[in-house]
Parts: sequence; C-alpha cells; structure tokens
Amino acid sequence: MKVAIIGIGLTKFDEHWDKNLRELAIEAGTKAIEDAGIRGRDLNAMYIGNMSAGRFIGQEHVAALVSGELGLSIPAVRVEGACASGGLALREGVFSILSGQNDIVLVGGAEKMTDIMPDYVTTTLMGAADQEWEAYYGLTFPSLYAMIARRHMFEFGTTREQMAKVAVKNHHNGCMNPIAQFQNEITIKDVINSTMVADPLTLLDCSPITDGAAAVILCKAELAKKYTDTPVYIIGTGQASDTLALHDRRSLTTLDATVKAAQMAYKQAGITVKDVSLAEVHDCFTIAEIVATEDLGFCKKGDGGKLLDEGVTEIGGKIPVNTSGGLKAVGHPVGATGIKQAAEIVMQLKGEAGKRQVKDAKIGLTHNVGGSGATAVVHIFSR
Amino acid sequence: MIGIVGYGGYIPRFRIRVEDIAAVWGADADSIKKGLNIEEKSVPSIDEDTATISVEAALNALKMAGINPKEIGAIYVGSESHPYAVKPTATIVGEAIGAGIEFTAADIEFACKAGTAGIQMVMGLIKGGYIKYGLAIGSDTAQGKPGDALEYTAAAGGAAYIIGSKDIIAEIEGTYSCSTDTPDFWRRDTAEYPSHGGRFTGIPAYFRHVITATGGLMHKLKLKQSDFDFVVFHMPNGKFPVRVAKMLGFDMEKVNPGFIIPKIGNTYSGSSLLGLAATLDVAKPGQRILVTSYGSGAGSDSFSIKVTDLIEKKRNTKKIQDYVKNKKYVSYGEYTRLRRTI
Repeated sequence: MKVAIIGIGLTKFDEHWDKNLRELAIEAGTKAIEDAGIRGRDLNAMYIGNMSAGRFIGQEHVAALVSGELGLSIPAVRVEGACASGGLALREGVFSILSGQNDIVLVGGAEKMTDIMPDYVTTTLMGAADQEWEAYYGLTFPSLYAMIARRHMFEFGTTREQMAKVAVKNHHNGCMNPIAQFQNEITIKDVINSTMVADPLTLLDCSPITDGAAAVILCKAELAKKYTDTPVYIIGTGQASDTLALHDRRSLTTLDATVKAAQMAYKQAGITVKDVSLAEVHDCFTIAEIVATEDLGFCKKGDGGKLLDEGVTEIGGKIPVNTSGGLKAVGHPVGATGIKQAAEIVMQLKGEAGKRQVKDAKIGLTHNVGGSGATAVVHIFSR
Repeated sequence: MIGIVGYGGYIPRFRIRVEDIAAVWGADADSIKKGLNIEEKSVPSIDEDTATISVEAALNALKMAGINPKEIGAIYVGSESHPYAVKPTATIVGEAIGAGIEFTAADIEFACKAGTAGIQMVMGLIKGGYIKYGLAIGSDTAQGKPGDALEYTAAAGGAAYIIGSKDIIAEIEGTYSCSTDTPDFWRRDTAEYPSHGGRFTGIPAYFRHVITATGGLMHKLKLKQSDFDFVVFHMPNGKFPVRVAKMLGFDMEKVNPGFIIPKIGNTYSGSSLLGLAATLDVAKPGQRILVTSYGSGAGSDSFSIKVTDLIEKKRNTKKIQDYVKNKKYVSYGEYTRLRRTI
C-alpha cells in the first residue's frame, strides 16, 4: 500500500491568546493547500482530528466548521481518539484514498486548550481515561504516567536521570524547530529540580498545554507526481486498542496497543524496525518516550533508558527520536499532535528539516497514543 | 505646572514568610520564592483595613505637604478592598484628616491601578481650575484565596499623593494611559476572593499594557530610556517588573529603589504608588522618575515625574523603607486570625 503526502501546513505551537480554533485550523489548512500547490476545490474530503473542542471551547461539529471556513462543501469528518485523534484522522484519510473513493484529501488536527483554566484542562484531558475507575478516584494523567514510571524503575532499574534526559534531548531538538513552544535548552538538573507534579515526574517531565494546528494533504500515489517531484509516501499504518484503565492491563510497563500497532504497520510496510531511520513518538511524559522506544522495538524491553545514556536517539544517533522536539518541547495541542508528527517526518524525508535534519533519512515512523495507552496508532513513511 | 505637593505611605507591621504559607499547603517554599521572587508579605492587623491604611498614608502626605487639609478639594481612594460595597472610603479619610466638608469624593476601582487613575482625575480638576489641592490614594488589604498562588503575594499597604500646582516637590510632566477589555483577573460582586487566568495574566495582560503605556508616554514626551533616573512598574510579583524593565531596556539600578515587593508583597492599588514613594524618598532634585501602574481588566497609566529643588526642604519623615523594615512576623495561624478566615 502507498498513499502520498504532497503538502504540509503547521501553525506555531504556542499559547495563542489572540487566535481561536477556527483561525488556527484555517492557517494550517491553507498552508498545507498552498504547499501542495492545489486549490481548495481539488479536495475530495477532509478529516479533522480533535479531542475535545466541546469542553475546551464549547464547540462541537468542528470538521464542518473547518470545511465551512475554507468555503468547501466536501465531506468533512471529525475523528476522536483522545491524544491520538490526529494519528487516527491520518489513518482514516489513508483508508479513504485506498478505498478509491477519494483522490486528494486534507487531514488536519487542531486543539485550542488555553481558553480555559489549567485545572479544567486537566479534568478535560482526564476524559481520555476511565472516568468510573480512574478519574473518579482522583487520578490525573501525570499520576497515571508516574505509576508507569515507578513500575519501570522497579522492574528495569530505569533512573530519574534517564527520564530527565528525554526532556533535555527534546528541548535541544525543539531549539532548532521554529514552531516549537519551547526553544530553550535545559539540563538534567533543571528537570529534576523543577516543581514536583506526580512523583517521580516533575514539571519538565510533562508536555505542556498548547494551542496549535497541523495539516497534511494526502493524494493517491499514482497522481502524486502531478503535484510534486518529491512526494513522501505512507507505506504502513497500524492501530490497536487496549483497556481504558491502566490497572486492567496485562502490564504497566508495556503498552500492548503500541506493540500491536507497530507490528501491523511494519508488516504492511514490508520493513523491520532496523529499517527505520527516525521516529516521532508520543512523549506526553518523559517515561512515555522510554516505554515507546521499547514497545516499537528500538531496543529490548527495559533498555529504553540506556538508549538515552548511549545517545542512540539523539540527532546523529542510530535512530533519532523526536527530532521535532516531541510533545515535550513543541507542545501538545492534543488533536494536532499526530499530524504534526507526520509533518515532521515529511520534512525530514524530503531533507527540509534545517538544522535538525537527520542525514540520509529514508524511512520514518510516527507513534501517537491516546490516553495512557488505550489507543495507539503507528505510521511508516518513505521517500 | 502640576505636581506632587506631598506624599506618604503606610505598610502594616505584620509579615508572614513564604515558608510559613508553603508549609501549610505542602508546597515547596524555595521554588515559590524563586518563581515569584518574593520572601515575605505584609499582613494587616485585625483592626486595619483600606480606610485606616488610607488615613495613615494621607496623614503622612499632609505632614509633608504642610498645607491646611481644608484646602483639599477632592479625595479619591482607589482600592479593590474598600471596607464597604456601598459607602465611600474617601469620606472616612476626609473626615479623619480634617478636610472639612467642602470637597468632592469618590471611591475608585480598577484592580491595581485605581490609585494612579485617581491622580489623573485630580490632575484634571486642578488643571481645570476647580480645586487647589487634590488627594489621590491607592491602598488595599488584598485578598488571596487560601491555597492559591495569590496567597503568597496578596499584601496590605497604601500610598497617598497630594497633587497641586504650587510648592510642588515633583512635577508630573505628562501621563499616558491605555485600556482594553482583558479578563486576566477579576472578582465578581459578593465573591470573597478574586479569580485569575493563570498564565494569561502575563504576556497578554501585564506586559502588553505596561509596555504600551510606557512606550506611549515616552513617545508622547519624546523621552528615551536614558532620560530617566528611576523606573517603577506595578509589582504583582517580583518577576514581572524585572522582566518588563529588561524588555524596555532599563537597568535594575533604576528599578531597585522602588522595588519593594520581595519584602512586602503586592499591595495591589498601593503597589506602584508605594514604589514611587520609596523612589521619591531617595530621589534628588532634577532627577526624573518613570512610573507605570497596571490594573487587571485591564489598563496601565504611565507618568513622567521630575523632582524639584523643594524636595530637599520637605523630605518625608516617615520613609517607605522605615515601614518596610519595621516588622513583626506572624505564624500562619495568627495570619488566618488577623485575616478573619477563622
């Protein structure tokens, strides 16, 4: 299977006090349309990843909002899978092309999170967890991931410093990404000494609250060269689910949904993990990147921390992870994250990633997670 | 020439340390001290409120001005903690300082900048020839919801300015304001404590307005950074004014004399005016002070003030630093009693 990406568009990821969801989505959408060199009327359909506009800004029906603002009457579908909404929208877009129904579709993701107070943002995000069995007892996402971290430390000897290294690396990469919310270098000490959120996770272990939007234009592979000389192809897609509640899972330290989604995507792409040149993984918390690199097969279970010690996942390492800066430094407007990951891989595979360019990048991977791992979606990209 | 005839401040004697508040809430005092750049804050005694603080400050101003209080034609008290919702603080002050009955009076509210708005109102009345002297006060016993970040900064204090056109110790060379509808901090009628928009109180609120008003004033008066010997910005915490000074290109040396927040907290309507008073306490004839207030909701008033020769003759006997240094620490338990929360 093969579906082309012929254009990408990104807003800055930031606290956009002066921009609403509508403006952010339109900015990313029109940038992607321009980048693809198409016109709005060339689009056959639109898929929009958005987690919770209803609770963040009181607006539902966001796909029609975006298509209407773009002056289009094409089918527009909102896709929701918590923080994996963007990745799921991308997958639906891919399927709509593969079905033969559409030739060109826009897949976008957008979230406006700063219009409400942070405690209400936390409550809203907790909608991605099990309300009756987790939220009801006072759990929050930082505390769920803190439990994963604790267990990972217990089972595999992962250290506080190794977790901090994820944030340090991703901030370093973010410094080279003009759309990143945080473009400042931090140290291991900064991370460990930042405000405690949920032991052992401190403020700098956590991805921030962010506004932003991202979009890509998907095109039937056979038609792609009509629009660009350098299309990037999606060659594999995988998705899997798990229980909403963390405590119902087989293991606290493995996201089975990630493992299954990755296997599905590798198989479809006809590659093995050894072929992957770089990856954008879901580092909503530093421990999440460590677990993801293991579950995606970049190392054996429990060795995720060592990858950081050895610099394997740095730019210049064997398999750079989160060259964009990840959720940690670029920011995490939940619905937009999965699309931003795809846009980063497209830039890298086209050799357009500037200072953070990975040399000779051939195969890229994106990994987008919903909740504490109830949804995982993996895509494989090639030049 | 319109200017300051006399000024005075007042800060309650009690203090509570950041450590003592943080301990109650299980918070990390060091990161709060570092984050807010504050060590302790003033606490009003059980019988102190915006009216008593205003009176103390006004009496100090009156003493310095050396005028007959009956010559004061207008009294405006800016505060967001007026003791009464209906019944003015300004008349209590007028009566207490012996201003007679022939004066206009009103209470003003504009979050932390009502005091500077009062100065502008008085300036207008003087320039129009309606009154000889006017008294503008900014004072507060600020509320912060127990456990909220505001609890570490919400303090008590105030400053009073007698404005006139004769015998002035400092000339107000010009003023410039900006106002927008920005919901960064508010307290609904009958609500006991204010609410705030967290990080929204920064860039789109404080920084936008302080920078706009300051820039507007400098442009209007054709003054540049080097023309000012001192600068005072509203001090909601110890971080914002330092950052805004840096953004606007002012050295900390020019900020420091009025930078009283780390030791007394945010006195809301009193904040920028106490900072100005502390600066005037050390300023010499010919020196120029820039002061920019900020009030949530939101707006800023910026002033350029040039000290005259007369200041050396009329020096305040009760300096702001005397109040800052005169202190007695209370525990969190005593603090809750003084604030009547238990």
